Amino acid sequence: MKNKTSKINSISLCKYLLTLLLFLPFLGHAQQNVEMADAFRSNGKIYVVVLVICTIFAGIILFLVFLERKIKRLERNQLN
Amino acid sequence: MQKSWWKILCVLLLGYSIVGGFLFTAPHLPIIHETIRNLYFHVPMWFSMMTMFTVSLVYSIKYLRSNNLKDDLFAVQFINIGLLFGTLGLITGMEWANFTWGEPWSNDPKQLGAALSMLTYFAYIALRGSIADYDKKAKISAVYNIFAFALMIPFIWILPSLADSLHPGSGGNAGFNAYDLDNHMRLVFYPAVIGWILMGVWISSLMIRLNLIDKKDIFNEEQNLKNQFDITL
Repeated sequence: MKNKTSKINSISLCKYLLTLLLFLPFLGHAQQNVEMADAFRSNGKIYVVVLVICTIFAGIILFLVFLERKIKRLERNQLN
Repeated sequence: MQKSWWKILCVLLLGYSIVGGFLFTAPHLPIIHETIRNLYFHVPMWFSMMTMFTVSLVYSIKYLRSNNLKDDLFAVQFINIGLLFGTLGLITGMEWANFTWGEPWSNDPKQLGAALSMLTYFAYIALRGSIADYDKKAKISAVYNIFAFALMIPFIWILPSLADSLHPGSGGNAGFNAYDLDNHMRLVFYPAVIGWILMGVWISSLMIRLNLIDKKDIFNEEQNLKNQFDITL
């Protein structure tokens, strides 16, 4: 009799453990710390990168504007 | 198209997307880390390419109805700029894949599909170069353009989503929406897409105007022929 109850107890214990195991992936996921470039940000150095890219972008836009002006002049010459 | 308000809008949107793309918060994801910010620059390339090719298709159909060589010129230049954006999209995708998928080219269905549709459009350029007669060149390439567009849609959108692909949005992989838990990314992504499309239209319009000046003899000759035809009728 005693043996039977201990068997049932061990089975239910196993059930609890298995249920806990099911939650393991979620626990692991919650504890996972994804490394981002936070130090780069807090040092303020990301602004250097933004500045450099904005400069390149401004250069390309200026080039397009000058090209457009040149084409406009050609179009005017063509009409005359 | 020579009004300048949309060009200013393009510069403002792109400037905002560059600053916001680097400085705003991004979701913390394993493997991808900060490279998720590539989304603001790599994906708009493909959106712009799709837009350029769609506009080109419209002009090719227009050419087949009107037989006006100007419509043909519009179709070619939009494809040229679409290919420029597609090439940039392919290169940036390979650069991103090198650090997240482990190698730049893994024969992924999305990569293959993109490369195949690009080749289809490069064949359009090659086809044009092989025909000397202007009207014949325009007519054959307009028909081919419709065929190329009909190939590109399954290559880029349908086949990769049927196969197993590492690329987000295909083969059971989560797309853009899954990364975008708090809608922060949309605030930068959509302005970036609109800005790059406007940039593509801007460059295309410059190329078209340059070619209109460069090949004015052909267009004038066509106009003269039409006038003569009208007079004799």
